[in-house]
Amino acid sequence: MANIGNVWVFIEQEQGKIAGVSLQLVSKGRELADRLGVKLEGVLLGDNLSGCIDTLYHYGCDRVLLAEDSRLEPFTVLPYAKVIMKLILEHRPNILLFGATLKGRELAPRIASEKLAGLTADCTDLQIDDFEDLKNKKSYTDKLMQIRPAFGGNIIATIVNTWDDPQMVTVREGVMKLGEPDLSRKGEVVKVPVELDDADTVVKVIERVRAEKKVDLQGAQIIVAGGYGVGSKENFKLIYDLAEAIGGEVGASRAAVDAGWIDHDYQVGQTGVTVRPRLYIACGISGSIQHCAGMSESKKIIAINTDPDAPIFSLAHYKIVGNLNQVIPQMIKAFKAKQQ
Amino acid sequence: MSFNLLVFIKQVPDTQNISGDAMTPEGTVNRAALPAIFNPEDLNALEMALQLKDRYGVNVTVATMGMPAAAEVLRQALCRGADRALLVTDRALAGADTLATSYTLSCVAKMLGNIDLVLCGRQAIDGDTAQVGPQIAEKLNIPQICYVEEVISLEKGKITARRSIEGGYEILESPLPALLTVIDCNEPRPESVKLMMKFKRARSAGEIAMAYKNDPAAAESVKAELAAKGLLIEEFNAAAIGADPARIGFTGSPTKVKQVQSVVLTAGDAKEVSPTAEGIGDLMHELISDHTLG
Repeated sequence: MANIGNVWVFIEQEQGKIAGVSLQLVSKGRELADRLGVKLEGVLLGDNLSGCIDTLYHYGCDRVLLAEDSRLEPFTVLPYAKVIMKLILEHRPNILLFGATLKGRELAPRIASEKLAGLTADCTDLQIDDFEDLKNKKSYTDKLMQIRPAFGGNIIATIVNTWDDPQMVTVREGVMKLGEPDLSRKGEVVKVPVELDDADTVVKVIERVRAEKKVDLQGAQIIVAGGYGVGSKENFKLIYDLAEAIGGEVGASRAAVDAGWIDHDYQVGQTGVTVRPRLYIACGISGSIQHCAGMSESKKIIAINTDPDAPIFSLAHYKIVGNLNQVIPQMIKAFKAKQQ
Repeated sequence: MSFNLLVFIKQVPDTQNISGDAMTPEGTVNRAALPAIFNPEDLNALEMALQLKDRYGVNVTVATMGMPAAAEVLRQALCRGADRALLVTDRALAGADTLATSYTLSCVAKMLGNIDLVLCGRQAIDGDTAQVGPQIAEKLNIPQICYVEEVISLEKGKITARRSIEGGYEILESPLPALLTVIDCNEPRPESVKLMMKFKRARSAGEIAMAYKNDPAAAESVKAELAAKGLLIEEFNAAAIGADPARIGFTGSPTKVKQVQSVVLTAGDAKEVSPTAEGIGDLMHELISDHTLG
């Protein structure tokens, strides 16, 4: 197909630090752009961002569209939507990817609504394929297949945008794999003029309180996660002990979070974070579809559960049917013994 | 100074509590077996509006787009304290994606006119997209404040609200009219017994027509009687809200579903590890030898 637009990634940043999900999307965007034979461009908004540019080249951007203006800090929706909308009309990208972060999830729909473009939330996979719209008797080549769970994770739907480009999606952090950076890769910066009027800046940030995330589950290579089977907040100490012993991070299922035993920041699953560690140890987690959606890509999974029919065992590489109160101390002991 | 608030609500299948019989033997969702509920975050949005009613004496209108049965969530909203309820129902609205849905709902707001504040739940549990709120705001060309936890003040022409951001919160000030999306931030009040006594007989025109389908004359008289008592849930079709037929339902939806697969967890070849000192010792040894651990 001749003359199609480029692949764009909205690059989210906070005080000049690029969001992890944006780099993951650059990696995925690179694949899509290569498949389509087009360029990959990062769309970067904010102020004083020169420090971000090289990183974007290293992960695969051919070009960075850079809009710098003090009115773009801190992030508010209206000016961001205005700048990006203007860029879309000017450059006609084929695909536009957003992280499904709080920012991405309020910005992308605002833009899609104005552009009358389709938008699919929380995609877990993106592919290029043809699409036959049987109802309208139209066929499309090289469209973006937007794959996402729906209905509480019980079904997986493949969605296609049949209207105007860009084909827009959001993707949660941790779902796409981060590629290896190529430090020798170079690109080009295109400085974008920022034209805003008073109507774009009517929403004022009166106060902003923000702390860095306490937990970094996405970056963790080893995760020890506790579920409802842990039994109590006090007993979560076992999970922390094992994590500490083997050098892992602590995670949790939604049931444990809902029970108030651990903070939501630790939640793994469709409504928490998606992880793909080297080792995932699921302790007392039954394995709801929504939890499995967030950890099934782990390289090795150990599941400990008293119920031999727990669904988690269908994902596990190692199945331990037993009481975690006995199994975990044994694991700690055995690990320490083998270490010496 | 009185404010007019419009709360958009949705009736959704209860996907968070899927029980055994809600899944077919093939592993697909049996939608008919799922109970229909008031979307949880829409209840938070309604509660926020009702708290503003308690504080400032605002008018609260609730509206939903859905099947005739969605009148049920409107009735529940009336029993919690909403002043007025509107149902938008039309076969032509079926198959709407978030763009067509937000367009339809924006038509409702425009038809009502003179709205100071629109509230929605952040997202509905049957799609979890969180797109409809911001898209309605764009269609109405008004500012949005998403993920609101608390309205700090509502003044002439201005709202100040606290909203959640990654790792913290922000206090934002916006001119009115504006749209808020509300997260799980309050304890929605139960239906009031007094209001339930009043509104238990509230019905939409569609519900009345269904109940008296063999007796149109009786249907008409019941409708007139309920209307006179303020118990008729107002019902609109797409034409009545002034919606462009090309922009609603399946026709007005740019996204098409190519394929749907049910999630079946594949049975892996899990290695059984015995919960004994020996079994676990061997496992740890294996994980250390292949460099998974250590």
